[in-house]
Parts: sequence; C-alpha cells; structure tokens
Amino acid sequence: MSTTTAGVVVVGGGQAGFSVVQALRGAGYEGPVTVFADEPRLPYQRPPLSKKAHTEPEGPAVDLVPESFYRERDIDLRLGEYVAEIDTAARAVTTGSGVRVPYEHLVLATGARNRPLPVPGAELEGVHALRSLDDALAIGRALTTARDVVVVGGGFIGLELAQVARARGAHVTVVELADRLLSRAVSAQLQEHLRERHERDGVRVLTGTAVERIEGRNGQVHRVVTGQGPLPADLVVYGIGAAPRDELAREAGLAVDDGVIVDEHLRSVSDPRVFAVGDCARHPHPHAEGLVRLESVQNAIDQGSLVGRRIAGTATGPYASLPWFWSDQGAVKLQIAGLRARTDEVRVVPGDTPERVAAYAFRDGRLVAVETLNWPAEHLAARRLLQQDTPVSPDDLSGSTLGTLARARRATEVRA
Amino acid sequence: MPIVIFELPDGTQRKVTAGSGTVLMQAAVSNGVDGIVAECGGNASCATCHVYVDERHGELVGPPNDVEDEMLDFTAAERRPTSRLSCQVQVSDALDGLVVHIPEEQV
Ligand SMILES: Cc1cc2nc3c(=O)[nH]c(=O)nc-3n(C[C@H](O)[C@H](O)[C@H](O)COP(=O)(O)OP(=O)(O)OC[C@H]3O[C@@H](n4cnc5c(N)ncnc54)[C@H](O)[C@@H]3O)c2cc1C
Ligand code: FES
Repeated sequence: MSTTTAGVVVVGGGQAGFSVVQALRGAGYEGPVTVFADEPRLPYQRPPLSKKAHTEPEGPAVDLVPESFYRERDIDLRLGEYVAEIDTAARAVTTGSGVRVPYEHLVLATGARNRPLPVPGAELEGVHALRSLDDALAIGRALTTARDVVVVGGGFIGLELAQVARARGAHVTVVELADRLLSRAVSAQLQEHLRERHERDGVRVLTGTAVERIEGRNGQVHRVVTGQGPLPADLVVYGIGAAPRDELAREAGLAVDDGVIVDEHLRSVSDPRVFAVGDCARHPHPHAEGLVRLESVQNAIDQGSLVGRRIAGTATGPYASLPWFWSDQGAVKLQIAGLRARTDEVRVVPGDTPERVAAYAFRDGRLVAVETLNWPAEHLAARRLLQQDTPVSPDDLSGSTLGTLARARRATEVRA
Repeated sequence: MPIVIFELPDGTQRKVTAGSGTVLMQAAVSNGVDGIVAECGGNASCATCHVYVDERHGELVGPPNDVEDEMLDFTAAERRPTSRLSCQVQVSDALDGLVVHIPEEQV
C-alpha cells in the first residue's frame, strides 16, 4: 500500500471517536486510520469525573484503553493536535500546526463544550466548570479544603458533584433556575423523589432561583448572590448545559443547526464523505420526531461503532439503537431508557425495596421511556422491551413490573 | 499476576494478564478483547460485560451478587448457570488460568 493512500480521519479523541476506530479495525478495515485528539492525553471516559473526587492524575483508571491498543492496531493517534480546517472539495484536513492530511472518509467526533456561566464574577478563582480530566482534578483539589460549595445548575453533572462534595463533608447548595431539578431530562414525578433523596443527604436545593453574580475577595470566590439572597462559597461548580462543537463543520460549509446535521446513516446531509457521531451530531431516530442530539456514552459508542462498521463495509442499516443513560448521584443510581419527549402519561410505581422507584412514560397508550432509581434490572428489562418494539400499554403494567413481563415474554420465546 | 483466557464465540482465545485487585472486565478492555463492551465502565448499570465462566472454574469465581443476579435475567445473549457480569468479578491470584467465554451479543 502506498503511503499516500487517504484513509479515515477522525476529528476528536473522545468516547465516540474511540468507538469509530475500535469498530473500524474490529471489522477488518485495513486502510490508514488517523485520530486527531486535541487533549494531550489518551482518550478517556468522562462519567467518572463527576462521580467521585479526583485528587491525583488518574491515568489508567479513566483511560478507555492503554496506548498499546492503538499501536497494535496501527491507529495513528495524534494527541495534542487539533484540526483547524476542513477542505471538503479537496478532501483534506489541516491541523493547527499547518499539516495537511487527506481523507477518503472524515468522521467528526468533536463532542460538546460547556455553556459559559453568563454572570459577573464567573472568572473568579474557585469557579469551575466540569468537562475534562483537568477540570476534575482542579475541583478535586479544591474539595480537599472547601467548606461551602455552591453548585449552579441542577442537571446530571451538578447533582452528581453535589453528592461528591457532600460526601467530603462540605455544606452544599444546588441553585437551579428552573422550577425543578433535571427539568428537561426527567419526568416531574421522578424529580420529586430525587429531590427528596438529595435533601435527605443534606444537600440544600434551591429551585426557581437565579444566580445574579458571584463576588470575590482578593480574586478568590467568596459568595454567590442569588434571587434568594447571598450564599457563602469557597468553591462554585456550574453545569448549565453544553453546546456542540460544530464550528469546524459550519466553517467548511456543512449543514449545522445546534450540531452537525446528519442523515439516518450519520452522514452529513451536505457531504457523503463526512460523518458525525456523538455529542456533536444532530440526527434522525426512529423513536423521535424530528432530529435529536444526545449527550450520552451509549449514543457515542453506538454511533461510533455503526460508522466504523459502515466504512469497513460490515454494516448497512440506519442508526436505530435505543437511547439509554445513567447517572450516579451519591447512593442514587438513576437510569433512563428510551426517549421521553412528548409523553402524555407518566406512572410512578414503587419498587420492591424502599430505594427503588420506576416512572413509566407513555405516548398514545404505548410505553416509550422508563426512568428508574436504584433498579438496574427494571432498567434492563425496559431496554429489552423497548428495543424489541414490543408494545406495552398502561394496562400491561397494572400490578406487574417490566421485569415480570420481560421474563414471561422470554419464556414464551424459548418455548416457541 | 494471574493470566486469564477469554474465548471468543468463534473459538479463538485471547490470553491476557489481569492485574490483581482489578475486575475481569478491566482485564478484557485494557487488552482490547473484542466482545466486552462495558458501556457503563464497570458500574453495574449496563450488562454489556456479560461472560460465561468456564464450567471447570465456576466454584472458584463464585455466584453473582444480588443486583447482578437480577440484571443477568436481561442480558442480550441467553443467561446460563455460568453467567456473570465481568465488571463484578474481582481478579485475584487464585484466578490464574481462568477461562471465560464471551457471548455472541452484548447489546
Ligand atoms: C462530567 C461528565 C459526566 C458525564 N457522565 C455521564 C454519565 O454518567 N452517563 C452518560 O451516559 N454520559 C455521561 N456524560 C456524557 C458523555 O461523557 C458524553 O456524551 C460522551 O463523552 C460524548 O462523546 P464524544 O466523543 O461525542 O465527545 P467527547 O467525549 O467530549 O470527545 C470529544 C473530543 O474531541 C476533541 N476535539 C474537539 N474538537 C477538536 C478538533 N478540532 N481537533 C481535535 N480534537 C477535537 C475534544 O477536545 C474532546 O476530547 C458525562 C459528561 C461529562 C462531561
Ligand atoms: S460494565 Fe456495565 S455492567 Fe459491567
């Protein structure tokens, strides 16, 4: 093979980019594979960053795979190098250092970045967002001495971090602008349960409350002024959502609208040589009306894997993996299966132990999403049933769990 | 450090060194063994790290814990008496020579 053969170029060395190259080689793709990863470290998992306090550089514990994985598979992993420009006409990318690399297929896996906190004082020492391992280490260090922690934003990352800070003995207040926690992601019914559990653990929760400004002393955060008065703070962590990193695609003239717009095969609608996967992609999904952009490990892995196998020639179908998500908030394991948008009925059912709850969301009389607390088996049963497209009605669930239904259906399958 | 053998559905074997004190899933993932997806990174949340412990080693490895036991009813590939979630199996020197079989599907 000549060295000038253009192969696959992946922009972004996160969960989705990794999944692309793993699937490419796993499916026998033999052409050149290059990954540009602007973070100067091996691709790693983000979920652990908000679920415990990190106090030392924790390489191997969060790395997706060791360096040898890439070497053994002849994957050219360019750490610390970013792609500055895409030339779709010439099919080449240009890196920040001016190197031009041609491609046959380009995969955008650039992820998302945190939305900045739009209040005065956000730049003070002791105010952090959380996305990278470096962010997590900085927060971990601050937590060793912090006494008063204010978490701005009652989303997944904020609530996970609130519990981490609480476990370290700090006073923790979560300030959320909306009237409830996780307002976009979880049904109102389950949200109440969650709030109760956080409060039981000693986390103070202020909903419907705006942060007006952050004040410092000698450049170091001192207090957070909210609509309900000032809160003392020596550490502030904010998590108020993320925005897709789609500017490269936009500058290259590809269709972009809060994410790179792709078709059911995850190909850019503007250029069949370009795919987008993970947090940066806005895509159709059989369970959604219109396009969706999802930020989850499942989405990153399954989309990356599909594109890798498609380029290698072993996959042909559209993207249809069932979305699912988890978030560990202290002792609470929250899991979500399916897409909840526009549900018209939600039923909350207590589990077989006091720690367990499930919320079943229906649209037009059919189960579309299931949220569970501390009930992984019910979550998995939900995934099986939703993935198989077996209709489940509210009546099917009276006096029964999905676990029971799924076991019964499995038994009939085996007999049949 | 103990050596563990992962047998893929097509019968090929991957022999890997597993670090004592880690979990079996980690040994598979860090060595790039195909067929262990481990989406949740070992959190007992996803059941995509399902393995069948070789019959000869069942007793050595022991039974699943309660949460794992319930989850194993809903794995993508069929549950067998030897089923475990590999992220819930602690590696120790006693497991040297262990053989585990990887199921056809995980998701
Ligand atoms: C703190 C935290 C906790 C989370 N917890 C959970 C959880 O519990 N469960 C769950 O399902 N999901 C969780 N998520 C979400 C999940 O981690 C993401 O959905 C997933 O990482 C998305 O993968 P990705 O590859 O699309 O993006 P990323 O993993 O963000 O990777 C994108 C990479 O591309 C790089 N990049 C961008 N532009 C360029 C360029 N031009 N050149 C080179 N490199 C570039 C970025 O620097 C980054 O390293 C969490 C996220 C965070 C931040
Ligand atoms: S890795 Fe997810 S359950 Fe084992």
